Amino acid sequence: MSNNKNIEITDGLVCPIPMSQYSRILLAHGGGGTLSHQLIQKMFFSHFDNKILQVEHDGAVFEENGIRFAFSTDSYVVQPIFFPGGDIGELAVYGTVNDLAVCGAKPLFLSVGFIIEEGLEMETLWKIVQSIKKAADMADVKIVTGDTKVVDRGKGDKIFINTSGIGILGAGIDIAPNRVQVGDKIIINGKIAEHGVAILSAREEFDFNTTIKSDTAPLHDLILSILDRFPNVHMMRDPTRGGISSALNEIAAKTKLGIYLEESKIPIREDIKGICEMLGLDPLYIANEGKVLLFVPPNDADDVLETILRHQLGKHAAIIGEVVSKNPGKVVMKTTIGSHRIVDMLSGEQLPRIC
Amino acid sequence: MKFIDEYRDAKLVKLFSDKIREIITQSWVIMEVCGGQTHTILKYGLEQLLPDDLTVVHGPGCPVCVTPLEMIDKAITIARRPDVILTSFGDMMRVPGSEFDLLSVKAMGGDVRMVYSPLDALQIAERHPQKKVVFFAIGFETTAPANAMVVKEAWKKGIHNFSIVCAQVLVPPAIEAILSSGNSRVQGFLAAGHVCTVMGYEEYIPIANKYKVPIVVTGFEPVDLLEGIYMAVKQLEGNRYDVENQYKRVVKREGNVAAQTIMREVFTPVDRNWRGIGLIPMSGLKLSEQFSKFDAEIIFEVEKLSVSESDECIAGEVLQGLKKPHQCQLFGKKCRPEHPVGAPMVSSEGACAAYFRYNR
Repeated sequence: MSNNKNIEITDGLVCPIPMSQYSRILLAHGGGGTLSHQLIQKMFFSHFDNKILQVEHDGAVFEENGIRFAFSTDSYVVQPIFFPGGDIGELAVYGTVNDLAVCGAKPLFLSVGFIIEEGLEMETLWKIVQSIKKAADMADVKIVTGDTKVVDRGKGDKIFINTSGIGILGAGIDIAPNRVQVGDKIIINGKIAEHGVAILSAREEFDFNTTIKSDTAPLHDLILSILDRFPNVHMMRDPTRGGISSALNEIAAKTKLGIYLEESKIPIREDIKGICEMLGLDPLYIANEGKVLLFVPPNDADDVLETILRHQLGKHAAIIGEVVSKNPGKVVMKTTIGSHRIVDMLSGEQLPRIC
Repeated sequence: MKFIDEYRDAKLVKLFSDKIREIITQSWVIMEVCGGQTHTILKYGLEQLLPDDLTVVHGPGCPVCVTPLEMIDKAITIARRPDVILTSFGDMMRVPGSEFDLLSVKAMGGDVRMVYSPLDALQIAERHPQKKVVFFAIGFETTAPANAMVVKEAWKKGIHNFSIVCAQVLVPPAIEAILSSGNSRVQGFLAAGHVCTVMGYEEYIPIANKYKVPIVVTGFEPVDLLEGIYMAVKQLEGNRYDVENQYKRVVKREGNVAAQTIMREVFTPVDRNWRGIGLIPMSGLKLSEQFSKFDAEIIFEVEKLSVSESDECIAGEVLQGLKKPHQCQLFGKKCRPEHPVGAPMVSSEGACAAYFRYNR
């Protein structure tokens, strides 16, 4: 690389990510780990800086005329576009619905933007559109606006979808990283790593015969039924790209509190553990699409868990850890043999394009 | 998981940890050779369970870590050619060459693909006859048989657009290099279970005798490692230096003879540079005469390429057990997994990456 000086992107502004590190975008910049985090923190957050953005939530929460809205956006580039347990259309609806739901909002309206590669079979598009409609009905949201662009063959990968969504928050609901407190129990609504492993097993380069399906699901009903009874939930996040490790590390870093996990409490399928062993992957870093991590005051934890266990999407829920003052900013896990280790944020990518 | 959970059993771990404490009477330094073992030690915090008198140092058994800079630069040079598809195991893609890594070559438009098996690379070659498909063959005796098999398969099928950059290395010469270096502080070894699965362990007997060091062939789970350490300490305390096999459920004395046969047919031993350590005689493998037309270094004329290493990185000392990763002034500062200076910070088997990830 001959050009080794910083690039100027606008007058008087210097690119905050030094050329000496990476002069081009790598796949890992979108992988949900440290490089993604750096890109978002250093380039986007610092430049677009405002109070709503600073909350660092899965969606923006703001108040207009006495009504509190949640607003979120997400793009979907998953490959393959049809996978065991779901497809890109359903994922695009549920992904944004879930981002709104973990803000504590009831999702109402979605936009859908398509970027389609020239040559895509009409039949394939029709399948995806039907899937979007069905998912929107399931999630009780209306698709109220959209956009379509077509790019030259070879300039996209079949289809990319962006969805944005708006929801409304009920009274008394305040879900945000800064509400997390020492003593909060951390609950997950089921088994981890199913989406990532389902995508992996569907890739043509892996010859796996498994029954593992993506956990893709709309979480709004589960979450709203929890908030209905326990409006004092402090924080929620859906651990998608980068898995529960990245989600928990983000919260530990933002709150400057420690997170203590117990490996033996984390629910996971045996066959997923096996595949991860074989491929050298760590399930803590693998994506989920129907899971939510909840930070709940200790007195409510057992009751919240009970409520989740009764829901269709919470049959394998468990309390997996708690918030502590020790090791601020870090996630520490008690291993199955009783020793302790750090669970760090993923630094590169484990698997590309899982959502 | 059956056959794995048994070896992560908290009670057995405690049992071996207690037994080590019972028999140890003085300070000992033991090296685990393999990066997979280093990973388990750090991931399960096994050092927390060992007596202070016992120091575990981490050996040169991470194939990504010891692949010399010049070999990476050769692969990068080849990967940048428009007529080439370069295939590699995932770990290798992020190891910095002297200018950039393979992932950056990919971002610049090079066709670099991650594969899980060398056979996948051969399939890519069959699917893309107009391209030259190169596999970056790295690893110890564990990967060598499969990599040998794929070359032989290409030869049998007459696939002419396939070749390998051969960076294969061998464990016993590296152990000897460490022991004969003069400043070694290693008193006992845990040999790499997977390497011995292929090679057996007879070749370690002369090393144990010559240098008077106990060598215990050891597995990769927490119970394996603690039992292996226990066996090594017991030998040291009893003033013995035998080759013992902790990993009996997998490793046989003679190893996997079929795998050894194909390795010998396709590869031949050669002097090889190890990153951070330097030249170790007869410690590498190259393609034998019969298969040399699959040698990417010859095909793409990069044999002569040579580069020198960064003098800031102490990878060599780490890989010889002379220093621990956090004793490096770059550790966690200039050198981090997302911006590695030295190779041990890249692979999950690398000692520096394991320290960074589990033990900061």
